[in-house]
Amino acid sequence: MARSNKPIVWGPFAAGGTLTAFLTPVLVLLMLLQPSGVSYESMHALAAHWAGKMVLAAVIFLSLWSAAHRMRITAYDLGLRADALVAALLYAATLACTGAAIYHLLRI
Amino acid sequence: MIQLEVLRYNPETDQEPRFQRYEVPFRDDWVVLDALNHVKEELDPTLSYRWSCHMAVCGSCGMMINGEPKLACKAFLRDYPGVIRVEPLRHFPVERDLVTVIDDFVAKLARVKPWLVPKEAPGTGEYRQTPAQLKRYKQFSLCINCMLCYAACPEYGLIPEYLGPAAIALAHRWNRDSRDGGRESRQEEIAAKEGAWECTFVGACSDVCPEHVDPAGAIQQVKIESTIDWYQAHLTPWLKNEK
Amino acid sequence: MSRRPYVRPISAREWIFRHPRYVRYMVREFSCLFIAGWTLLMVWGLKQLADGPAAWAAFLELLKTPASVAFHGVTLAFAAYHSVTWFNLTPKALPLQVGERFVPDWVIAGAHYAAWAALSLIILVWTL
Repeated sequence: MARSNKPIVWGPFAAGGTLTAFLTPVLVLLMLLQPSGVSYESMHALAAHWAGKMVLAAVIFLSLWSAAHRMRITAYDLGLRADALVAALLYAATLACTGAAIYHLLRI
Repeated sequence: MIQLEVLRYNPETDQEPRFQRYEVPFRDDWVVLDALNHVKEELDPTLSYRWSCHMAVCGSCGMMINGEPKLACKAFLRDYPGVIRVEPLRHFPVERDLVTVIDDFVAKLARVKPWLVPKEAPGTGEYRQTPAQLKRYKQFSLCINCMLCYAACPEYGLIPEYLGPAAIALAHRWNRDSRDGGRESRQEEIAAKEGAWECTFVGACSDVCPEHVDPAGAIQQVKIESTIDWYQAHLTPWLKNEK
Repeated sequence: MSRRPYVRPISAREWIFRHPRYVRYMVREFSCLFIAGWTLLMVWGLKQLADGPAAWAAFLELLKTPASVAFHGVTLAFAAYHSVTWFNLTPKALPLQVGERFVPDWVIAGAHYAAWAALSLIILVWTL
């Protein structure tokens, strides 16, 4: 038996799971309450800064990746046996959506 | 009196399993194993099942009791209202009646080398180990190989190649033993695809474990260690790691 | 004596409803759908942000629609469930041995809850 390369996908999953555990609830609440901090001026200022871009990109990537990994596992649990195909589709979609996010971030 | 509904399967005469009802006396201090022994001794000598110590240390009498993996010697009749359904341990083939084919588990257990692989050539005298070093692996050493965790684990049910909770927990037990030097060879098994990586942390294994080994915790610890190993090996291969 | 072991079939419908713990596991796993969906909604928001103030204002208005509010409510519940299950499981994955004892699970999990509360409070106050 050879050691698996699963850590490549599991590492970001664990990081993303931890990140979303700490961050997602308050962010969802934020978008529900819409305080002044989500105004165009504030959000633009955040996204315009290079550090803000990096943070936003990282948060989006890790959130989407950990969700994609969980979806992959859940698909198998529910009986979808084509794991390699499901994995490829989900991770590719994650990278594509992260790419889109980065593209828009660079426009700001 | 109380009723047991027991799965019966005779490979020589049955196409598939069926259920058979038995009425047994209710005693406040009886466990399901006592009821089964009563059936075998008084009602139906053809009933087959494994048991030995009758005190939850040998791990022989694991079975599904009302759909939950339990040791028959630890499941009290008084805790079950109504008819008690007794089936062989889930996720293992049924040999006969309540007896399962456990070859898969035994083979997987052997693969993880659940014994001391000495770090150095044995010298004279005993191994020395502090209480703290003992505590580091003690919890995982309590496994009695009862396989309740395999019956509880949906991933083992879905993925037959999966090493499973007890095997990985026992590998982890030896990896954490200060006297042991076999981690590298065990990693070939538990860090493989069929090892810890099939686990999705359902946690059912730890729920049903009668010895509170917490195999789920052991497997997550293996995942984290293996991930650190992998990134170290791939990002800083020039650093040799002494564990 | 001939052997003919019987293999019992397994299906998703069969194992998920065997016990509440498996249902809870599935709920936890399903949280990823809402977290992913919401994050994708935010990526859309990034696009709107890049398109300018009018587009961003339209995005904020979209978030105020009943459908969006309902979605946020459900996502909040699932996200919180993910957080709770994650923090409760962390002590199992990261045991801390101090001498002969292990740091109790509730301390490790509690520290995570405290950090979660503090971080959330800071962000809420900061954006007020």
